[in-house]
Amino acid sequence: MQNILEQIGIENYIYLSVLLFCIGAFGVLYRRNAIIMFMSIEIMLNAVNLLLVAFSTYHQDAQGQVFVFFSMAVAAAEVAVGLSILVSIFRNTGSIDIDNLKNLKG
Amino acid sequence: MNTLIAISGLGVLCLLVEMFNARKAIVPITILGLLAILGYNISVYNTLGTFYNNMMLVDRFSVAFSSLFIVITTVLITMSHEFYKDRPTKISDFVAIKVFMLAGGVAMVSFGNLAMFFLGIEVLSISLYILAASNRLSLKSNEAGMKYFLMGSFASGIILFGIALIYGATGSFDLTTIYQVTHTASYPQWYIIGTIMVVIGMLFKIAAVPFHFWAPDVYEGAPALTTATMSTLAKVIAVATLYKLAIILVPGQTYAFQMIIVVVAMASMLLGNIMALRQNNVKRMLAFSGISHAGFMVMTLLISNNSANILLYYATSYAVAGLAIFAVIFYVMKDKENETIDNFNGFGKTHPLLAAVVTTSLLSMAGIPILSGFFAKFFLLSQVIQTGWIVLVIVAIISSIISVGYYFKIILAMYTKDSEQELTSIPLVYKIVAILLLVANIAIGLMPNLVLNLIS
Repeated sequence: MQNILEQIGIENYIYLSVLLFCIGAFGVLYRRNAIIMFMSIEIMLNAVNLLLVAFSTYHQDAQGQVFVFFSMAVAAAEVAVGLSILVSIFRNTGSIDIDNLKNLKG
Repeated sequence: MNTLIAISGLGVLCLLVEMFNARKAIVPITILGLLAILGYNISVYNTLGTFYNNMMLVDRFSVAFSSLFIVITTVLITMSHEFYKDRPTKISDFVAIKVFMLAGGVAMVSFGNLAMFFLGIEVLSISLYILAASNRLSLKSNEAGMKYFLMGSFASGIILFGIALIYGATGSFDLTTIYQVTHTASYPQWYIIGTIMVVIGMLFKIAAVPFHFWAPDVYEGAPALTTATMSTLAKVIAVATLYKLAIILVPGQTYAFQMIIVVVAMASMLLGNIMALRQNNVKRMLAFSGISHAGFMVMTLLISNNSANILLYYATSYAVAGLAIFAVIFYVMKDKENETIDNFNGFGKTHPLLAAVVTTSLLSMAGIPILSGFFAKFFLLSQVIQTGWIVLVIVAIISSIISVGYYFKIILAMYTKDSEQELTSIPLVYKIVAILLLVANIAIGLMPNLVLNLIS
């Protein structure tokens, strides 16, 4: 493991994670379909998981990999709540387009 | 440490009581449990230490703030039986979620490891997403839940990325190790980026400008009790956590960091108060008021002398005043189609006692003497002057004066306009809670040392 990391270089892992994180962030900001926004949030969180695992190998330290388990569990719980909110929106409006949600403004 | 375990156990107990068909007992059991936990939490005030390999770090800061959170949660749960009267079968869920939220909050002020911090903030946020969307037949509540969910998980992603960068730079999630590395050895530059991302994520959670845009919508759409939870409990928890994180993670009080805090504080105070002037919806107005108070509370990061005590005092006075106002709002806005200020018309004639409670609480938030809000601002600003940021103090005072404008809109509606609605009796719980909070407000205003010397 350590050998592969030395060949590729830790900075390439960081670039990849930052790229994935930005793809996720722009997905949340620009896409209007709720499911795709959820997927983008997952991409953001998984980019961080990748970074944590890479750093964990780099430091030869298991803490980072344990943290990934926490973050995966939390991400699953978060999306479960998000999807249930989406279901209740779908029951009320019959659509999952975020642009329909314009009742609150001042 | 045992505080956190006891709170989590209490949450599970709430769900079990529901299974044994004792719904009426849920609220009293939870209140008794929370009071017992509060007593225990105060009793460990002098026996401090770290637990589970530094996962939990119990110091005076965490004990004092956990006690404040437990008190706020107790008040909120006391009112929840009356508030959810029309949905009696769901009461255990609402109470249990609030108790779990409190567990998240306690984890957030007593973490010794960034893993614990992350779990705490996620437990808090996920509970709040559920509570915000809990009125599932109302489209407004759904919308509030969805917006809060999207913004909240976006902020969580940013915080998580910041934690990953901090881990990469220092090789540990442990706060003492991070502190040692950043204060003695050299560390990669991206550590600063990680710290800034964590701070940005926390500014999202406390709704400080420029990360405030979700707050008015979410506060307006969510059920009133959830709005009260968000604007008092969640805000106080997030501010305390931001304070603890910034003290440990930011290496030295650099000018750049102070500049960020000054800009955020000034923008929050001015924009919050000016936007609040235009609002006609009470919950939306209190959201903007909360944004401006977040600006005030962020200022404690600038001062070095006695800052934790001042933050605790400010947070207590803000929470006490906010809860008293919300206790009356629950009654006034019940079964109303809109939540405009007109609903307060004539309230001073029909319910003089509660109108007085609202008036004094609003004046406390605006910062009128002998009420605790004045002393909170006084202690805070007199310390900020000593740091040399005179501009910040001037902006703070100007924005306080602006805030009197919109607080008086409600007061004028109560005393000068006539009511069109028939007289209904106010539920006893709201009355007792509102009056007790008013007494607490005046007491900590007259005797600031009750709160001000807790963290030395």
